[in-house]
Amino acid sequence: MRVMAQMAMVMNLDKCIGCHTCSVTCKQAWTNRTGMEYVWFNNVETRPGLGYPRTYEDQDEWQGGWVRKPNGRLALKAGGRLKKLLSIFSNPKLPSIEDYYEPWTYDYETLLNSPASENFPVARPKSLLTGKDMQVQWSANWDDDLGGSQEHAARDVMFKGIEDKVKLEFEETFMFYLPRICEHCLNPSCAASCPSGAIYKRAEDGIVLVDQDRCRGWRMCVSGCPYKKVYFNHKTGKAEKCTFCYPRIEVGIPTVCAETCVGRLRYIGLMLYDADAVLEAAAVEDDHDLYEAQRSVFLDPRDPEVEQAALAAGIQADWIEAAKKSPVLRLITDYKVALPLHPEYRTMPMVWYIPPLSPVVDVVKETGEDAEDRGNLFAAIDTLRIPVEYLANLFTAGDVEPVNGVLKKLAAMRSYMRDINLGREPDASIPAAVGMTEEEMYEMFRLLAIAKYADRY
Amino acid sequence: MTDLENQLQRTLIGSRRFFTKAEVSDDQRTLHKKGGREGDVFYRERWSHDKVVRSTHGVNCTGSCSWKVYVKDGIITWEAQQTDYPSAGPDRPEYEPRGCPRGAAFSWYTYSPTRVRYPYVRGVLLDMFRAAKQQYGDPVVAWGSIVQDEEKARVYKKARGKGGLVRATWEEVVEIVAAAHVYTVKRWGPDRIAGFSPIPAMSQVSYVSGARFLELIGAPMLSFYDWYADLPNASPQMFGDQTDVPESGDWWDAGYLFMWGSNVPVTRTPDAHWMTEARYRGQKVVAVAPDYAENVKFADEWVSPAPGTDGALAMAMGHVVLKEFFVDSTTPFFETYNKQYTDLPHLICLEPDGSGAYRPGKFLVEGDLGGDSENAMWKPAVIDATTGEVRIPQGSIGDRFGDEGLGRWNLELGDIDPALSMYRDHQGGTRESVEVELPRFDAADGKVIHERRGVPIARVGDRVVTTVLDLMLAQYGVARDGLPGTWPRTSESDPHGYDDPSVPATPAWQEQHTGVPAAQVTRIAREWAENAIDTNGRGMILMGAGTNHWFHSDQIYRAMLVLTTITGCQGRNGGGWAHYVGQEKVRPLMGFQHMAFALDWQRPPRHMNQTAYWYVNTSQYRYDTFDADDLDAGTGVFAGKTVMDLLAQSVRLGWTPSYPTFNRSSLSLVDQAEEAGQAPADYVVEQLKSGELKFAVEDPEAEENHPRVLSLWRSNLLGSSAKGNEYFLRHLLGTDSAESAQEAPPGKRPRDVVWADKAAEGRLDLLMTIDFRMTSSTILSDVVLPAATWYEKHDLNTTDMHPFIHSFNPAIAPPWQTKTDWEAWKAIAKRFSELAVNHLGTRKDLVAKPLWHDTPEAMATVHGEVKDWKTGEVDPVPGKTMPVLVVAERDFTAVHEKMTSIGPLIEDLGMVTKGVPYTAGREIDILRQRNGVVHGGAGDGQPRLETDIQCAEAILHLSGTTNGHLATLGFKNLEKRTGTELHDLSAEHEGKQITFADTQVAPVPVITSPEWSGSESGGRRYAPFTINVERKKPFHTLTGRQQFYVDHDWFLGMGEALPVYRPPLNMSALFGEAPIGEVNELGVSVRYLTPHNKWSIHSEYQDNLFMLSLSRGGQSVWISDRDAAKVGIKDNDWIEMVNRNGVVAARAIVSHRMPEGTVFMHHAQDRLIDVPLTERDGKRGGIHNSLTRTLMKPSHIVGGYAQLAYFFNYIGPTGNNRDEVTMIRKRTAKVEY
Repeated sequence: MRVMAQMAMVMNLDKCIGCHTCSVTCKQAWTNRTGMEYVWFNNVETRPGLGYPRTYEDQDEWQGGWVRKPNGRLALKAGGRLKKLLSIFSNPKLPSIEDYYEPWTYDYETLLNSPASENFPVARPKSLLTGKDMQVQWSANWDDDLGGSQEHAARDVMFKGIEDKVKLEFEETFMFYLPRICEHCLNPSCAASCPSGAIYKRAEDGIVLVDQDRCRGWRMCVSGCPYKKVYFNHKTGKAEKCTFCYPRIEVGIPTVCAETCVGRLRYIGLMLYDADAVLEAAAVEDDHDLYEAQRSVFLDPRDPEVEQAALAAGIQADWIEAAKKSPVLRLITDYKVALPLHPEYRTMPMVWYIPPLSPVVDVVKETGEDAEDRGNLFAAIDTLRIPVEYLANLFTAGDVEPVNGVLKKLAAMRSYMRDINLGREPDASIPAAVGMTEEEMYEMFRLLAIAKYADRY
Repeated sequence: MTDLENQLQRTLIGSRRFFTKAEVSDDQRTLHKKGGREGDVFYRERWSHDKVVRSTHGVNCTGSCSWKVYVKDGIITWEAQQTDYPSAGPDRPEYEPRGCPRGAAFSWYTYSPTRVRYPYVRGVLLDMFRAAKQQYGDPVVAWGSIVQDEEKARVYKKARGKGGLVRATWEEVVEIVAAAHVYTVKRWGPDRIAGFSPIPAMSQVSYVSGARFLELIGAPMLSFYDWYADLPNASPQMFGDQTDVPESGDWWDAGYLFMWGSNVPVTRTPDAHWMTEARYRGQKVVAVAPDYAENVKFADEWVSPAPGTDGALAMAMGHVVLKEFFVDSTTPFFETYNKQYTDLPHLICLEPDGSGAYRPGKFLVEGDLGGDSENAMWKPAVIDATTGEVRIPQGSIGDRFGDEGLGRWNLELGDIDPALSMYRDHQGGTRESVEVELPRFDAADGKVIHERRGVPIARVGDRVVTTVLDLMLAQYGVARDGLPGTWPRTSESDPHGYDDPSVPATPAWQEQHTGVPAAQVTRIAREWAENAIDTNGRGMILMGAGTNHWFHSDQIYRAMLVLTTITGCQGRNGGGWAHYVGQEKVRPLMGFQHMAFALDWQRPPRHMNQTAYWYVNTSQYRYDTFDADDLDAGTGVFAGKTVMDLLAQSVRLGWTPSYPTFNRSSLSLVDQAEEAGQAPADYVVEQLKSGELKFAVEDPEAEENHPRVLSLWRSNLLGSSAKGNEYFLRHLLGTDSAESAQEAPPGKRPRDVVWADKAAEGRLDLLMTIDFRMTSSTILSDVVLPAATWYEKHDLNTTDMHPFIHSFNPAIAPPWQTKTDWEAWKAIAKRFSELAVNHLGTRKDLVAKPLWHDTPEAMATVHGEVKDWKTGEVDPVPGKTMPVLVVAERDFTAVHEKMTSIGPLIEDLGMVTKGVPYTAGREIDILRQRNGVVHGGAGDGQPRLETDIQCAEAILHLSGTTNGHLATLGFKNLEKRTGTELHDLSAEHEGKQITFADTQVAPVPVITSPEWSGSESGGRRYAPFTINVERKKPFHTLTGRQQFYVDHDWFLGMGEALPVYRPPLNMSALFGEAPIGEVNELGVSVRYLTPHNKWSIHSEYQDNLFMLSLSRGGQSVWISDRDAAKVGIKDNDWIEMVNRNGVVAARAIVSHRMPEGTVFMHHAQDRLIDVPLTERDGKRGGIHNSLTRTLMKPSHIVGGYAQLAYFFNYIGPTGNNRDEVTMIRKRTAKVEY
């Protein structure tokens, strides 16, 4: 056992309102500069949708992440290092600017400076790359709220295999939002892809960074990252990525995206894990086992043995205390409501998500039944507007069981809490039905609903 | 150990260890690194700053979020939310981190190329002014020489909007503005000038700046709440209150939550988390929206009615609740509540209609019964359920005013047990019944049909009476055994009759209109009522613009308020209505009002309802073929009149304000009266009676009646709220317009208003805008002044949404030549005062003011019976049958001195807010010490008001919410009237005085005060009307109760005495637009809705590069895939929309989440970003309001009658815009700019 510490984040998608405040505050703080116009370290995608850059999840196309070879070994999907060295000057798996979007501005000055003329002045779009007039065809968030759904949402990569269950019709509409930052993976394929050794994980907190001095701009990291969260600064010619706001984290302030999240849905905490167990876990045979495999890598800091090992590994006592109090630990390990994004990429991502629950009652609306009633509750989950298979494609490599488990816990929590809310005797059988005690369920409620600042970070 | 793929790879990766100090993992998969991170210094440097300053965002958003503004090297770098709000309690979420992406993008404006850095004037006008000044020397004479010259005026007005702005100095521009004001006061009178600045709560000092100047010179401030159609007229109609709603933290307390036409994640972004979190407490959440809106994702249920049919949905829910919880069984919780807090038990006289049936009539009042107590005609009656006797409960408006009511104005019932229904008499016997004619408007053309349904009655003397509940049951089609008339058919399988679609308001009936399954409505209605019983009234409806911007929104809202009220949810934490549309709360209301309207120097102020202002002054009335006959319920109450005629009547009866008031200057009227040796009021009455003098509204095209000067600050009228934008361009501004509507033909024209052969064009001589960015208003303005942004000044900010007051502070000094609004208006006031010396001096000004709410003037119209002095029904009596007429003396040379000092009237006369009086000599003394004292001039010895901070201190110190002494004083004064204890509510904070410095440290919770209706004592969450319900303080209505029934003549005539379903206006029948769904050469006809945008706050931020990069990059319109397919529109195609009002050029966003038959053009996208020339006429494409037009509903201009009495932004005609339709098609011509 080799204990290491990792900063991690959980986002509760059930609370995400898709407002993009995180995107804007992050952009303002970090990438509002030349060469990075098109870059959003933090972005928010409407799902179903194509994401940013477009169709980044289609690894048949982009070849990001790791694959497990028949011999049980992991390999970079885009091919080994040799292949990378050989193709270093022509990287075919690099998203083009059109796949992100061509950044632009406007000739705003016209509005003030226009000479007397026949018509009202107007500011036209100008490309920030060429300076020329342009017609805006795509943006950082073009398919927001299902805009252009028949052309864009319809091509969502995650519909693969469930095409028959999804109709993009008014009556059956569903959508939710997926905010994304760098996953700060335990098994980062970006780092493994870098010919210059410029990408590294910080030993003390696992934050993945690009060494700006060492980066040579090969862009193999951009291809290697299946989440497409490493970007190329076309002014400096170097790769840049989300830094988990380490200058803030180091002084005890949450990341910009987390602190400014008005949905109050982001949790940051320290996770301890066994570094020796990572590769094995990342290489389990069945994709469906990857979620559990990654959880098995995590160590419980409340376990005295783990604590001893951590101290022995040079992790400071106050860090261990922080790991014990980590809300991320509770959501991932104790309540098991947070799930990894695309475990099938085998990078062991460390930004996890609570899947969204809603709207539940719709499907029974014409029956006159009360779907909030506990008797109907779990049945209703099976017929959620958001197909559970779709969520499973995002969070559990297609295995619906863990997703169902989370949704049932959320639904049970609401049902259990309603009695308390109304001053009635709470029903212990509700948490029991999802394998929780009453105390656990109440504590989970406090963490998810009341979510005080000090409890989120 | 599992291994990496091959040896070569291992070697290559492993070899990294030889080149770096970093540690390669044993499995050689990754690289860990300690220390030596010089390469990452860049990010550490980027995360560094010199200071962090608290500020916020100042207008058009009601979020009121406190922000950290980061400054490095004197440059604003970015902003992030403050997280230091005082706790909402240990067992609930907090307000941190309030904000949204728009606010987070604000600092982009500071240095953006759209920033207005210098003063600008249109070149052609500047040249004229310079030449004229050269010629005449005097700037006032120079201004006059231009505007009096028809050709010159036409030329510079025609150039409006079309570029050609040039830089000038502050000195020169201020002189032009001041000269225009002086000239206009002198030539036409001060009420030909107006100012428009919206929602003051968000930057109160900025609002005060211009308002204070304008009110000092006698110019009206234009309202905004009604004009925006955000004012729910149902609120004054029912509660006698403008709007009062819970803070968002109180959503947490609800057991059942509707989001009804309120798209919380988009329009209440910082508050949305309260909803997402309250679900985890087991709150049930229902979203009502025609589209799959952003909030639907959070709901347990999506109810998707056709747009504008929400009233039918609400009535059907009401039907189920009334049937099952009031008739089939009774609910003690509901009964007790309604007896005490609503008018349900009040008696209504029924009038025979001559055919054997009856019509609902007036409240039975004490005076009808021969009672002779003070205000006996204002004391409605009930029948006692125990004794069967007629009783007069205390607490009505009759107890509110006059000596006899002292100590009696409360809702204690004493020994009275009001009978809710006449169905049984006091001995349990059956009473007789009669049939009542009830209106329904659900036919396709919206015309009235009458049906008869029986109500049980009692006889009081020779009067036939019933209760409001009995009438409501009939109106809602809820059957009771033995009553005659048309009722829903029942059957064995349908014992309730819910499946009968023929009678309003069954669930099956609503399904025909809304498309919502009847079973869903029935179940939700039951759940709603059961939740109310289970939680003691913790059911809440968040109602939004989706239900509130319709022509008949007051009826939609009244039907929804029936649900919250009959179930005992109003006046509860976690319960009741939560109207979130343009809602804003100036928490320190009293201090704000007295400073903004200069009530410390001059009373009364001139306040104008803006909808009527533009309906008249942009000549939109001339295109209004929708006459008043379309609105009455076959009663003939409006026979032969147009809406314009009704407006003229409302004005002359003193119901609604009207500026310009008369067709003569309000200054010269006093001179003329003095010449005639008469008191000015007498002179005016006599002149009006003889017809020598006219109201300006009676001849709007005549040049003496035009508005001449309009100032906009904190405002983008022409990019945002100007319903009928193209009419503004033509008739107000005299520039290019895309409007193609036909004027009303003879026979459809006003009867009592002069019809000029040709409508005026270019009425306005000067349009001035103060702004920090370019907007549709700045490009159209003659003068543009550069404003400091919200990160460059001091100010105050409050909201409905949370209970804190917090501040703006300058992160940097105003850059370039920008000035704060406060300094800009002071500069204008200074020059104005100088120019006034030669041109104005001291003059007497005759102010005509409407009959005000919360004063005895609201008892002008007994029984709401309309009597017109013009037709000789009554005598013209100022303050009774016509406006109040008051002479105000104005020393125009002292305006600047008065603006910058606090005047003597607060000490001399005290202050009044919502009818509660306060003395404030002590407070003025404290302000003398806090702000310092003025030496010399008009304000000698008075507290200074020279700086923005001094103004903020005055606002804070003169309000109960921020000065505990005043709150307690107000409650003690109110106790004299109510006879109940109230002052304990604020006693805990009696010594607390919130200062500006406090608001700079952190957001500060406010104090419970009589300025508002909810209690926050002990740190509880704010919910409206909790003081009314818990302390039995009456509502400000006729009955003192929440009032379902409105018995004014016009309401009765319109069939709207009770809530009734009125569908969206039929624009095909009324104005010849193609019916929805029709496809022709212009495209497909669709309902045209303009909801709030995710990427802007009104017009703010839609031009912000961050927001444009996250959206579509320009003006866009959402359309369903089904409609798009009909006319071949693909996503991102250029489209053109055309109707009689104008043309829009935009891009399409095609999505299946849109319902068929409806497009959304998110409002206020301005027209400045990537808008091409139109295909139709080669002019710049329009804005969202190019397709709309103002239509006034007569019931909104009723006045002089209890809660239906005027106050600024309290009641008034809405600038509604949701009933409109348009054609939309794919553009085929080349896109050119």
